[in-house]
Amino acid sequence: MNIVSVISHRSFLLGLLGLILVLLATLPLFRASTYTLLLLTAIFMYIVLTVSWVIFSGPTGYISLAPAAFFGVGIYTAAVLGKVLPLPVVIGIGALASFCLALLVGALTLRLRGIYFAIFTFGLVVLIQQVLLWWEIVKTHTRGRFVIVVDNTTIYYVMLVILVLLLLTAYSIRRSKYGLALQSIGEDEEAAAHTGINVTALKTITFAMSAFFVGAAGAIMATKWTYIDPYIAFNPLFSFMPVLMAIFGGMGQFFGPVLGAVIFAYLEEVLITKFPYYYMLIFGLILVIVMLYLPGGLAGLVQKWWKGGLERRNANT
Amino acid sequence: MIETILDVVIGGLLLGGIYALIAMGLSLQYGVARVLNIAHGEFLMLGALATWSLYTVFGVNPLVSLAICGPITFIIGFILYRTVFTRLRISSGSIGAYEGSSMLASFGLLFIIQNIALLAWRSDIKGYTYLAFPVDVGGALFAANRLVTLAFAVAIGLAFYLFLARTRLGKAIRAAAQDPGTAGLVGVNINQVLALCFALGALLAGIAGALISMCYPVHGTMGLEYTIIAIIVVVLGGLGSIPGSFFGGFILGLIGSIVTSIEPGLSLAAYYVLFMVLLIVRPTGILGR
Repeated sequence: MNIVSVISHRSFLLGLLGLILVLLATLPLFRASTYTLLLLTAIFMYIVLTVSWVIFSGPTGYISLAPAAFFGVGIYTAAVLGKVLPLPVVIGIGALASFCLALLVGALTLRLRGIYFAIFTFGLVVLIQQVLLWWEIVKTHTRGRFVIVVDNTTIYYVMLVILVLLLLTAYSIRRSKYGLALQSIGEDEEAAAHTGINVTALKTITFAMSAFFVGAAGAIMATKWTYIDPYIAFNPLFSFMPVLMAIFGGMGQFFGPVLGAVIFAYLEEVLITKFPYYYMLIFGLILVIVMLYLPGGLAGLVQKWWKGGLERRNANT
Repeated sequence: MIETILDVVIGGLLLGGIYALIAMGLSLQYGVARVLNIAHGEFLMLGALATWSLYTVFGVNPLVSLAICGPITFIIGFILYRTVFTRLRISSGSIGAYEGSSMLASFGLLFIIQNIALLAWRSDIKGYTYLAFPVDVGGALFAANRLVTLAFAVAIGLAFYLFLARTRLGKAIRAAAQDPGTAGLVGVNINQVLALCFALGALLAGIAGALISMCYPVHGTMGLEYTIIAIIVVVLGGLGSIPGSFFGGFILGLIGSIVTSIEPGLSLAAYYVLFMVLLIVRPTGILGR
């Protein structure tokens, strides 16, 4: 029995996932170092951003550059309401606010052609950033805000919960008829509409659902950063990174974006303090190389290897 | 009152000249070559920083630098198109897929060019003074360098229009803009023409950067802002319409100048509001088909 046939067994995969989850959930009990917790929180955050981007943009092919807007809405919700409301409520409101913003934007713009949608969503990030900056300076006479401090273990658990909920949601969408409908929108929107799919409604709802999780992640991350201003909260990098990670990981497989996010988040952690310019340079190079030579991303590579293994096994029997 | 209005209008036109140049460049890249080049502003940044270096280190006149920066960014653009985008175009199934993948590849180029520039020039804000004496225009005072910028922008814009309208190569470019496939059938070497358009776009950005460096401070991360402005102008003027981009640039410059005179912090926001309304109401632009 070779290794491929073992790991492609369903129960093995489920067991492995369960084991990882138990390990992650009990990690803080083993007096893991603060560094480990922070690193894992950052990795979770990137997985949340990336997977929620893939929920919508993966099957439909609409490139959304709005994640930074939803993330920022979550962050500002925490900054404004964090002192008066309990944490779970703040996170819930952050998520809902992002959800509503995405509903509005989606209803307005998802009729646009693909590339216009990308520009529009990117414009949204900078528009909110600029208006907020103007508002804070002219009306409230501050530039940034302080956010209530929450201890690292709590942030870790909250992020883990958001991540698990998101993965469950993403998986069930993918396996449901809605996932199939989204896929058909990506293949041919006209044809999808003719088979009776309410194209606009489905796109808008899915877009809003992906924003929901990003908003929640923003609300909890704000408490880690303690000080925020419009440039930190609505940083366009939070729009680019999910796209980059998803493409690097490969969107054809469920695990692809997760893989891409884990690798990149770790790379960032290792490189950013020592070589900030090289780190972005490497990101750029990887993006171009993946676009040119690896359209399926890492998941595409793994799948090739996987198929090769299965064929070899079949040839042996 | 009259003087304030004149101040705002001329200020807007001066700003608009630069916008028109970069938008014409992007219009060639997106309207013809189908690359929504997010790295467009990076070519502008390269032109600006190179001009700064040439002036402060070697004492080269910035107007002479125009003739150096333009060809350099042209060559970089041509090579990039032939190495990256031609390959992507061939491997993409549809125009829509190509637009998406080429935009993402240009994101990669943005990171690459910007960070190479940050390594070479560091991230501090740079500037030099050249032709900074004031000139009286109908009662309002403007720095001479901004007037020179406007003159160059208009001259280059006109030259480009004549190139596209009157020359054989210009005709090939217009044919490729309408339908690349058919243009190829009637004997246009489509890969070369598209690469040429991309490279000409980079050339315009490089020249615009050299002009900008005469009037404003320059730094390694200045590019994205101009890319965004170029995208807005291209949509405003109508995709693929070079005259549309030219006039759109001046319109946006005027709007920016008016908004700045009322509420300085909101000019970029005003561009976006205009852009978003335009995308929803009239995505073909003012001069678009």
